[in-house]
Amino acid sequence: MDIGILNIVTYLPLLGAAVILFFFSDPKKIRYSATLFAAIDFLWSLALWWNFDPTASGTGIFQFRWTRAWIPSLGVNYDFGIDGIALLLIVLTTFMGLIAIWSSYSAIDHRQKEYYVLLLLLQTGMIGTFCALDFFLFYVFWEVMLVPMYFLIGIWGGPRKLYAAIKFFLYTLAGSVLMLLSILGLYFFNDDGIPFLHIHGLGNGYTFSILQYHNIGHLIPPQLQFWLFLGFFFGFAIKVPMFPFHTWLPDAHTEAPTAGSIILAAVLLKMGTYGFVRIALPILPDATRQLIVPIVVLSIIGIIYGALVTLVQKDMKKLIAYSSVSHLGFVMLGMFALNPMGLKGSVIQMVNHGISTGALFFLVGVIYERRHSRMIADYGGLAKQMPMYATLFLIAALSSMGLPALNGFIGEFTILVGAANRNIWWAVFAAVGIVLGAAYLLWLYQRVFWGPLDNPANKTVRDLNRRELALLVSLVACMVWIGIYPKPIFDMIDKPVEYVVQKVDPNYYQAAATPATGGRQPATVEASK
Amino acid sequence: MTWSDVVFMLPEIVLTIGASLLLIAPVMGWRRRDAAAKWAMLALLAVTFATVWVCSYAVAGMEQSRMFQAMFALDSFSIFFKLLFIAAMAMITLLSDDFLRESQYSAWEYYSLLAFALTGMMFMASGIHLASIYIGLELMSLSSYILAGFFKNERKSTEAAMKYFVLGAVSSAILLYGISLIYGVTGSLNLLTIARAMSTIVSNDALMFGIMLLGAGLCFKIAAVPFHVWTPDVYEGAPTPVTAFLSTASKGAAVAIFARIFYVGLHDFQLSWNSILATIAALSMILGNLAAITQDNVKRMLAYSSIGHAGYVLLGILSMNEMGLRGVLLYTLVYVFANLGIWATVLMLRRHEYAGERVDDFEGLSQRAPFWAFAMVVFLLSLGGIPPTAGFIGKYFLFAAAVQAGYGWLAVVAVLMSAVSIFFYFRIVVAMYLREGRQADVAITTPLKIVAAVSLAVTLLFGIAPAPLVKQVTQSSNWIAAHAEILPHAGR
Repeated sequence: MDIGILNIVTYLPLLGAAVILFFFSDPKKIRYSATLFAAIDFLWSLALWWNFDPTASGTGIFQFRWTRAWIPSLGVNYDFGIDGIALLLIVLTTFMGLIAIWSSYSAIDHRQKEYYVLLLLLQTGMIGTFCALDFFLFYVFWEVMLVPMYFLIGIWGGPRKLYAAIKFFLYTLAGSVLMLLSILGLYFFNDDGIPFLHIHGLGNGYTFSILQYHNIGHLIPPQLQFWLFLGFFFGFAIKVPMFPFHTWLPDAHTEAPTAGSIILAAVLLKMGTYGFVRIALPILPDATRQLIVPIVVLSIIGIIYGALVTLVQKDMKKLIAYSSVSHLGFVMLGMFALNPMGLKGSVIQMVNHGISTGALFFLVGVIYERRHSRMIADYGGLAKQMPMYATLFLIAALSSMGLPALNGFIGEFTILVGAANRNIWWAVFAAVGIVLGAAYLLWLYQRVFWGPLDNPANKTVRDLNRRELALLVSLVACMVWIGIYPKPIFDMIDKPVEYVVQKVDPNYYQAAATPATGGRQPATVEASK
Repeated sequence: MTWSDVVFMLPEIVLTIGASLLLIAPVMGWRRRDAAAKWAMLALLAVTFATVWVCSYAVAGMEQSRMFQAMFALDSFSIFFKLLFIAAMAMITLLSDDFLRESQYSAWEYYSLLAFALTGMMFMASGIHLASIYIGLELMSLSSYILAGFFKNERKSTEAAMKYFVLGAVSSAILLYGISLIYGVTGSLNLLTIARAMSTIVSNDALMFGIMLLGAGLCFKIAAVPFHVWTPDVYEGAPTPVTAFLSTASKGAAVAIFARIFYVGLHDFQLSWNSILATIAALSMILGNLAAITQDNVKRMLAYSSIGHAGYVLLGILSMNEMGLRGVLLYTLVYVFANLGIWATVLMLRRHEYAGERVDDFEGLSQRAPFWAFAMVVFLLSLGGIPPTAGFIGKYFLFAAAVQAGYGWLAVVAVLMSAVSIFFYFRIVVAMYLREGRQADVAITTPLKIVAAVSLAVTLLFGIAPAPLVKQVTQSSNWIAAHAEILPHAGR
């Protein structure tokens, strides 16, 4: 029987969780088996990568399809399949999932069994969301993610964990139930009782298939598209989080345990941006084009406001949390440039942010474990005491601020090119964000690592141990790889991005094809019809 | 009346005889043997369940609307609810076991009251005639009033019973007045005849008034705002197993007649009543969920949340489409099982030798009884409508029905309020998992374990693989769908 490689990747962590739950009670065994399951899952996701055909185009970009009827009378299918974008994010998820588990060995000292079980459950939820090509299934996985994260923050979090956990849960839930309404609106969209799909010869009944809606999205009247977009927007924008829906993020990040922050930054935030790319843009193209300006304005506010707030933070973890708001603003900006450059940069920046910010959260976790303080004022001159730590922190910070030859540069540069193509002022404002980014990270670095080592408590701090070093080196390796040779990733997302642009702005390729020179980048594309 | 009529009513006949036997058992010398009462009750329920099952096959091909002068139908809708009620009643019997053993009251009387209430509920499920529905309702209500005050030495219990009785009697009178007005205008009490008569009436104030009064009476029974005020006091004051009965089976029966009367009898007049019902639904969802936030007593919290759930169910009734009808059936089932699971967990808690009712009493339950704490989380998630629990499937149908019927604003209220509901449901989760230090005081007995385990299985199973249940409720709504001229869901 064909069980489907995507099912293996998705449910392996769940299996791991069950095995740990029922068979192990020794903390050491729990840790190692959780790591083992995460590692095997990572290897399986690499197998996806090798077997994936990035040259396929059209709907062929969705590969490893595995479809079964789930609730036939409603038209709900269990439909798995991934394109290059989802593939990248799945590999990111399995990789960061492994990192998160690996990073928790010494940080978590009580209720370890529940902890690793929840981390693995969370991983199943995240991978399932990226695999789902059916709205019903997508929504189920989307909600499944919430509960483990709630417990991770609520049980192993900091002093204000209860507040942060319920705030995270309620914000995200409020957004996702509005998304559910939009899904229902799409589902019931019809003409005089005849399902829309039927009119267009795409089947007899109602459907939840995301790919079906990709095909008919542009036929939905713009007025309805607007309302449906609004529902999806709340669902995704809260998750991203876009300004002004970001207020849950600093609380959740600050209070979450290190691994929780890593997963939250690396993967959960990408759910929102992934949702835009997979659902909102291709299915509701008219509404998307209509709303470019407000969303871009919110993104730019997010970039600059996020960076400014970051500057004044006294708590390292909160600082990095706010920097996420700024970085995700870039991702949204690139996406809503609605051209291939911007979208590619946006997708790559999703991955980059996952790796860099994940690394930074881990680094803060390392020093917190040793000193039980995240306050910048408690540190200074750490470079003398912890040279390895200081070096790796510098690389992660440089990657986050977008230094050439590291991954952040590739993403930010591509986004800026895409944005400038659409409107030069967008790029100008975004560039201000990059400058501010360099400012807050370098200033942080200066205050923590340079200057005199005058706090006596810091004079006995150990440098990185072997586990921490190995973990960070693997993250840094990814940063350098993407920074120097990003071609495999660009190849991977080339066709999916083309697919999305074709759906959301069909004029783009027509306009590009018309001039005799065949220029790839038309100078102006109308912002809205 | 012919023999085939008897087949239709055989389950009720069996049950009535059984209930009477339970009542006279103590007089016949079984007074001291209370332990036997539980087994007698369970056996009676098993026999009734089997009878319903067999009869459902026996009457399969028969014309439903003619039996007993067109008062009674054993259609797929009623069979669904009857089986659900019997199953719920068996669980309630298990919940009551420890409670009765620790009290000084006669188990025989208690169980016979439950059995009579069940008889009433089964009549309600089958009634297609306002008179038979009303008689069933009264039988159930009168038994419920007594049950609420069954522990007559408890001050709170007596107070609850008194409030419940007075308000319940008034609401029954209102309901009856509504019925009489409808009879006056349409000349019949049979739902099908009423529907036929209504299709010729364009507008009629007396009829409108009658529908209002009938609706008000029914809203009282399902505890919808503004007819909800009795709920928190009665739920809190009644003995916990009785609260479990009132909030699950009894409420389910009220929902069944609500759906049957409005879908079959009053569908032609929907334009005149559905905006009022929509307002009631919105108010119930908003008030029920918001008021639950501040409750420290679990029974009161669940009472307010059940007001909210009444609002959700009303979505399925006022949207008047197949999706909504299926949603009503599905949601009732899901709600009943999640609630029974919760009541089982509540009964597991002990506080000063008595059932723990406060949210604090849950503190540390995850350490003391990890599995049952996990089950409780699943029940709460199900009530909150979070996948992959069955509650999500139920809510999905109701919300979808509202969207399909064009009640977008109501759907927005509903989804936002279900997000709010998570806030107070999670107060229990917080107590169980996130507060450390205290150890919950528990007494986990086998009957409670059975109830919680069955509820957990149903809640998870139908959440992950809902297809069989969806198919079943589609089948079960056939008869009503055929008589209500409702918008079909073209998905089949």
